[in-house]
Amino acid sequence: MSRYEKKFVKGNEAVAMAAIEAGVECYFGYPITPQSDIPEYLSRELPKRGGTFIQAESEIGAINMVLGASAAGMRAMTSSSGPGISLKQEGISYMSGSELPCVIVDVMRQGPGLGGIDASQADYHQATKGGGHGGYRIIVLAPNSVQEMYDLTMLAFDLSDQYRIPAMVLADSVLGQMKESIVPNQRPVAELPIKDWAVRGTGGAVQNVVKSLYLGDGEMEKFHWKMHARYQELADRDSRWEEYQTADAELIVTAFGCTSRIARTAVDMARSEGFKVGLMRPVTLFPFPKKAYRELSAKCKRWLTIELSTGQMVDDVRLSVFRDADVDFYGRPPGAGSLPTPEELFARIKNNFKDLMI
Amino acid sequence: MKQVFAKPASLKDVQTHFCPGCHHGSFHRLVAEAMDRFGIAEQTIGCASVGCSVFLYAYFNIDVVESPHGRAPAVATGVKRARPDRIVFTYQGDGDLAAIGTSEIIHAANRGEKITVIFVNNTTYGMTGGQMAPTTMPGQITSTSPEGRNVDNDGKPFKMAELLSNLDGVAFSARVAVNNPKNVMQAKKAIKTAFRYQVENKGFAFIEALAACPTNWGMNPMAANERVGNEMIPYFPLGIFKNKENL
Ligand SMILES: Cc1ncc(C[n+]2csc(CCOP(=O)(O)OP(=O)(O)O)c2C)c(N)n1
Ligand code: SF4
Ligand SMILES: [Mg+2]
Repeated sequence: MSRYEKKFVKGNEAVAMAAIEAGVECYFGYPITPQSDIPEYLSRELPKRGGTFIQAESEIGAINMVLGASAAGMRAMTSSSGPGISLKQEGISYMSGSELPCVIVDVMRQGPGLGGIDASQADYHQATKGGGHGGYRIIVLAPNSVQEMYDLTMLAFDLSDQYRIPAMVLADSVLGQMKESIVPNQRPVAELPIKDWAVRGTGGAVQNVVKSLYLGDGEMEKFHWKMHARYQELADRDSRWEEYQTADAELIVTAFGCTSRIARTAVDMARSEGFKVGLMRPVTLFPFPKKAYRELSAKCKRWLTIELSTGQMVDDVRLSVFRDADVDFYGRPPGAGSLPTPEELFARIKNNFKDLMI
Repeated sequence: MKQVFAKPASLKDVQTHFCPGCHHGSFHRLVAEAMDRFGIAEQTIGCASVGCSVFLYAYFNIDVVESPHGRAPAVATGVKRARPDRIVFTYQGDGDLAAIGTSEIIHAANRGEKITVIFVNNTTYGMTGGQMAPTTMPGQITSTSPEGRNVDNDGKPFKMAELLSNLDGVAFSARVAVNNPKNVMQAKKAIKTAFRYQVENKGFAFIEALAACPTNWGMNPMAANERVGNEMIPYFPLGIFKNKENL
């Protein structure tokens, strides 16, 4: 069977398969549900391909091994969930300050604290606003299918190398655990910059230093403005989103990840009853596709944001749309039994048309 | 005229920021001499830590990656696994390695990472102004042990070289000092051995370097140097605790 034939796999497996296709050279992780299929798969497959797999002593150990391997010029990756992602924040901050690429997969689970393993989107802020100290952002990609778990993992490696910004695939336990058929796409041949900054031993040439400490007068400030400009360039060139039935929409529902799948069913239910409803799904959560939201809200003034939290992405939606647009929010904070049904979402959609229905 | 003494080529010709009488400079020199001896500087990657030795790259002519506080052994693991043909070492203080970084050092050692670790024990957090470290001596007054380290409250100082020597993954573990010429010669030899182990791919090598921190000890350089011999060495004995070649 060819590598690129249709397969029926779990979301987490798709991530691991994509990482291999993307040429990941080093994986460092630590067990935590609902992402452990990723290290399990890679512990089996990566060494066969000459890559490195280490089960680290902790998520702190793992992210710092990623830091080291990335500093040495390798494609390096880690994955975790909730409590583990919190532990990685120190390393992510250092990597951001050191302009090191890497891929971090976060298969979100509940929180705060230990949390259970049901789906959650309550780590949106942690992921998109720079979860560690110092003021930085990372690339955040939000798949909503097993196919996208595959495709966006591959994209994460390329974007991260291109911009020298860590990239996160922000999934959730539904996406990690569910099975769908996918076509394992071949890695697109991207023109990527050579890593002439990596520490490989000077070989007698110039010294390379990977660091985040800038003490000279104005040096740190300059670094921040440089990164700010890079984030802007990223937003201009690589913001991604998906629109569904938005052209004539009088209400646009917006949701990311697994929630967007339920929302889409609700949109179809609404359409079949004659409501002009569309769906806007951000694929990049950082950069948030602000411009696309703004443009859509020039025409459509009714919005409904749906999240598995008490409301995080809705802040970005409200900041992006025109001020005269009305943004409703419907949230189901994470927990067993909190995944909304399409009927539930349809009811909320209808509620937004109340004034028109009299 | 025959030249009998020179600056190691692996060191840059610059002034350091170290305080007068600080032993970090001496250990930098011994590490550089070891790199010169094996001609490995161009293949070497240093993993700096957080502490007074954070500026490794400013003094060594080698590639350097800065690590978060305590994490250098994990960073070095990543570098070495990525580039097994290179020489990789960490240079860490006692707060860095024996407090916040215990998990990383113990596991890197236990995995038998083929790296060299230079652990500079000056019984205090130098960079942050002389607070109590896990290696602070019983009764030693620091800015966070104003009555002296109370072992009932804080436990006794860690003896890292002995502790690590108990792990099967450790190939070489020694404690050295530079408080007198004899000890300098022994330190030089041990540090060379620790790098030779890596050159010969023999496994994890650990050097605990007893060091003076005159500034935070509130001593002049001479008195601080003497304290190493009078107070530290009796508690932290010098010697080789593990040498795989002799097993
Ligand atoms: C996570 C974190 N906690 C605390 C600090 C502050 N800090 C900087 S250096 C240092 C200790 C340095 O002491 P040591 O490792 O003994 O090195 P020395 O300066 O004595 O050589 C600390 C606690 C930090 N940078 N990061
Ligand atoms: S504070 Fe102590 S360790 Fe730091 S440079 Fe000064 S003497 Fe050396
Ligand atoms: Mg110290």
